[in-house]
Amino acid sequence: MEKRVTFGRWTIGILFAVPQLLLIFTFFYWPAGQAVYWSLTLQQPWGGGNIWVGLDNFRSILANADYWNSITASLIFAGISTGLAMVIALVLAALTDRQLAGSWLYRVVLIWPYGIAAPALAMAFRFILAPEAGFMAFANHFWPGVWDPGLDSADAMASIIIAFSWKYVGYNFIFFLAAFQAIPRSLIEAAAMDGSGVIRRFWDIQFPLITPTIFFLLVINITESFQDSFGIVDIMTAGGPANATNLMVYKIYSDGFKGLDYSGAAAQSIILMLLIIALTIVQFRFIERRVHYR
Amino acid sequence: MVERTPILNFFTHLILFVGFVFCVAPFVIVAIAASHNLKDVNDVPMSMLPGSDFWINIKTAWTTADLGPKLLNSFIMAFGVAAGKVIVSALTAFSIVYFRYPGRMLIFWLIFITLMLPLEVRIVPTYAVVANVLEPYQTIMDLTGLSWLIEKISGVQVSLSLGLLNSYSGLILPLVATATGTFLYRQFFLTVPDELTEAARMDGAGALRFFVDILLPLSRNNMAALGTIMFLWAWNQYLWPLLITTDQSHAMAVTELKQLIPNVGGAPEWHIAMAGTLIVMLPPLIVVVLMQRWFVRGLIATEK
Repeated sequence: MEKRVTFGRWTIGILFAVPQLLLIFTFFYWPAGQAVYWSLTLQQPWGGGNIWVGLDNFRSILANADYWNSITASLIFAGISTGLAMVIALVLAALTDRQLAGSWLYRVVLIWPYGIAAPALAMAFRFILAPEAGFMAFANHFWPGVWDPGLDSADAMASIIIAFSWKYVGYNFIFFLAAFQAIPRSLIEAAAMDGSGVIRRFWDIQFPLITPTIFFLLVINITESFQDSFGIVDIMTAGGPANATNLMVYKIYSDGFKGLDYSGAAAQSIILMLLIIALTIVQFRFIERRVHYR
Repeated sequence: MVERTPILNFFTHLILFVGFVFCVAPFVIVAIAASHNLKDVNDVPMSMLPGSDFWINIKTAWTTADLGPKLLNSFIMAFGVAAGKVIVSALTAFSIVYFRYPGRMLIFWLIFITLMLPLEVRIVPTYAVVANVLEPYQTIMDLTGLSWLIEKISGVQVSLSLGLLNSYSGLILPLVATATGTFLYRQFFLTVPDELTEAARMDGAGALRFFVDILLPLSRNNMAALGTIMFLWAWNQYLWPLLITTDQSHAMAVTELKQLIPNVGGAPEWHIAMAGTLIVMLPPLIVVVLMQRWFVRGLIATEK
């Protein structure tokens, strides 16, 4: 879509775009290019600039078991937390959309968690799920040693998944509810006249009509699980125990800023960028369908 | 409703109520834990009746993590990012929508691509840029021979350097440098009727006049939505402030939480940790509750 009426003096027009162009050049394109450069070079230990090493950084990362472990952990985290957050949000939104008495309350309250900073909710869940003091201590009291995120990798992974899903249920809920409310009421009523029940109407009318939203949220949730997980991991587990929760962004941070291995961290960043770009392209393939339904 | 479904209605209420409880429980538990003393908070199971030490714990957490200045920093940063986004995005969208100039589509795509790569995945090089924000320009001048030329002519060696670590600009600017708001404005500007522009031009208004007196007042709703969502987003940033504020005087409230994690040895001071968590949680929660309409609207509009 284009404007029919525009302003003639296009030099002024460009001036309006200059602030943003300067910002994205300095803080986006230059660093992104720098990351590519660093990933292909190796910094000399005693100064003297970078030497060209080609794809060696990538080779050494991909040969590193720790890195594959980090990828696996990220994928497990992304898969389970996305699944949990989306299914729970879908059920809650579908039920809220039935608009029974009191549904306004859920519409208001269920989105609160999304406003909370990841590290703050991580702190809350660290306490709630603490083996010695919180509520899981109760479980440990009856079955000693059944829950200890500090020592058991599966428990640690479960903790960060619970914390992340709790936040993103709220986020997904907003989008699902908006999608449900965009479905014309007359469709539902016509189906009800034809004698279909609530469950039948959900599967045959509402669910197909919100598939675009489902695809959209799927991509967003997976992308966010790569980024927004950092605060949760840092506060709750710090990547431990035994690297079980050393997710990709956390590993970039610890390799780059604690291990001071810029080249390795840059190579990891490039791999993560490619992964996210691939996901975004998948999302764009579904954008047409999304627009189609509206 | 369309029909009577008593059993289904019962389960609807039941499931929604369970969802409600799970949603609110963490807030309640944090608040109650923040009111206990050291012994009660470590009781198994912890009593769900509020204790009496709430204000003492809040005070201790406040002074331990030095939250006063940290909250102020968080506010400055969040307002800065929100204001920056609201202004810069409006300017750019205006330029893209209301002008025809060569390279307009290129600019559009250059901005669009920034949506793909969040700050988290390019932290390492962005950090290096912020350490000396003029480094890109220095390198360009070196590579193009410009600095050599300047040195030959004037005898001055060019070495541009401006470090933004531990500064508000260093915190804010990289977070403003994405396209989130630009497309929100663009979609809105495209719906503004052309007749309005024609009328304005006929009355002799130039581009700037039209932008300030007509377009911006019309975009008030979008500004509120974008501002709300960006404020929350910036307030909740963690990784970026953690990296670039090595100096305590610029630390954020959210990053300071780490100071409050109880150490493993000794009795864990969860009551203090929870009091601190409550303080840090509260401002965004208040914004969400008060600005709910704008929050939901901004969320849906910026992501699409």
